[in-house]
Amino acid sequence: MLLSMEHLRKEYPNGKVAVDDFNLQVDRGEFIAFIGTSGSGKTTTMRMINRMLNQTSGTITIDGKDISKMDPVKLRRSIGYVIQNTGLMPHMTIQENIEIVPKLLGWSKEKRAEQAHKMIELAQLPDDMLQRYPGELSGGQQQRIGVVRALAADQQIILMDEPFGALDPITRESLQDLVKHLQEDLGKTFIFVTHDMDEALHLATRVVIMSHGKQVQVDTPENILRHPANEFVTNLIGEERLIRAQPNILTVSQIMLKTPVSITPDKTLDDAIDLMHDRRVDTLLVTDDKGVLQGFVDLDDINRITDGTTPISRFTNRKVFYVQANSLIGDTVDRILKQGVKNVPVVDAKKHLVGIVTRTALVDIVYDALRGAPDADEEPASPINADIHAAANHEGGDTAE
Amino acid sequence: MKDLGLWGQLIYYFSHNGMYVLSQFNQTFLVSIYGVLLGAIVGIPLGIWISQYRRLSPVIIGAANVIQTVPSLAMLSILMLGLGLGQTTVVVTVFLYSLLPIIKNTYTGMLSVDPDVLDAGKGMGMTRWQVMMTIRIPLSLSVIIAGIRNALVIGIGITVIGSFIGSGGLGDIIIRGTNATNGGAIILAGALPTALMAIITDLVLSFIEKRLTPKTSSEH
Repeated sequence: MLLSMEHLRKEYPNGKVAVDDFNLQVDRGEFIAFIGTSGSGKTTTMRMINRMLNQTSGTITIDGKDISKMDPVKLRRSIGYVIQNTGLMPHMTIQENIEIVPKLLGWSKEKRAEQAHKMIELAQLPDDMLQRYPGELSGGQQQRIGVVRALAADQQIILMDEPFGALDPITRESLQDLVKHLQEDLGKTFIFVTHDMDEALHLATRVVIMSHGKQVQVDTPENILRHPANEFVTNLIGEERLIRAQPNILTVSQIMLKTPVSITPDKTLDDAIDLMHDRRVDTLLVTDDKGVLQGFVDLDDINRITDGTTPISRFTNRKVFYVQANSLIGDTVDRILKQGVKNVPVVDAKKHLVGIVTRTALVDIVYDALRGAPDADEEPASPINADIHAAANHEGGDTAE
Repeated sequence: MKDLGLWGQLIYYFSHNGMYVLSQFNQTFLVSIYGVLLGAIVGIPLGIWISQYRRLSPVIIGAANVIQTVPSLAMLSILMLGLGLGQTTVVVTVFLYSLLPIIKNTYTGMLSVDPDVLDAGKGMGMTRWQVMMTIRIPLSLSVIIAGIRNALVIGIGITVIGSFIGSGGLGDIIIRGTNATNGGAIILAGALPTALMAIITDLVLSFIEKRLTPKTSSEH
């Protein structure tokens, strides 16, 4: 465990509790996003990690060492620090800015210069920019320098306080890609404070949602989208985002019809026709007596056979396309739509038939993802849609059902 | 002498008393410099100090303001009661008057440093001393120098008046001129170098001020 925070509490002299009983274990290479409304204590918590603030009680350990027993100056030199308005020294060149921490650590001039060249390359900026001053760079370029400056002394943990909040969306995206690259390829550990939910969900391996100094939910972005802990989290994420995320969080089993029409191979053609007529379908799924999917029979195939006593097994179409019940819709929707089939059987891990997905259900999912939430009073178009809407509402944590 | 005219008389005075004027010039200059230097030695740390403990700033700046409101001749006379005649009293007066511009500018300069830059410096592991020496002072130096420049111009004026309490200098020449009949040329012989000194010091310090403004651009 790289970083461990236990029962952290920060209380100001005026009695205001900024952070209350905060617990978090961070592994090497994780990307933790702290998100919450302003005054939720997210920045306070982050600033306790490099002792820019001292906790009232509780412990923070890095590599098992209690940081309250360390020299704060030495501690800070070992932790990268990036703030919103870059914090670049306006009177120092880019090179001098990058070299600040290496210089504090007493590196030789040559080693520092070498590192500066390495860092500017990492920032994907031209090498001659090292001799420029921060004021001559654009906001995005400045923050790129701000980010790589935090890595210049090979810091393992990097703290970021809303680093991209002041940037335009396109610049912000390119910087997000940069830090994602640093985390994934260099194995750096990031603690990232933001109020931008998209940013948190996009970058983080785990998201810490905070409100009034307390942790509301700590989980992976997928799990937070799938199971928001309460209404606060739902509101913070936003209805819109939950619906857009549906293909990536809903599984096939959540949208399938659970009563597929199936028949066993030992039945005859007449049985099949009766069953189709009774259930008003044109396709039957064929399963053995244990429920394992064997294939399907189609009305077209049946038409060509005249003997009503022919067993089903004789004309079962065995080339059946099916999907796993626990796979995500986002991963399967393309495949299903491209197959051009009307219905897709759904099986469990042992290939037992458990349901069926219709194209109508998929179209609805795609539609919702593109157009946003359906109106609350809108009548679902089909029973399957009703299922989806129920699922969506459930996922949205909507309690007004 | 009478038929020489004002400017002729002035040239005559300079040609005969050139070295005397120069030595008085030096004396005035040194007294002002000493006063301002003392003011800087006390004022700059004081300004830095109150920028860290901002609750103290109204007290300190208020006190310096009160000093500034006392007319300089009155201040010289009051101090003379305690310190006697001579240059010491004038140096002390210049010192007192230079406190306000120096403290105020140091304080303003310190506060004008971007708090984000200070936060970043501290967060990267600079000690308080390193933050002071590598961020605060470089970034506020030009404002501090502007305060010293202000103080020095005020100081030169006070030193000239200081001649009334026996500190010598260019003021002596001016006073002599005012006492003499038709002493216009002598007054000018004291006043012109004084004005010149004030203007030149101001120019030199403004040049230094510009040089000390931290570079923030690679142009030039």
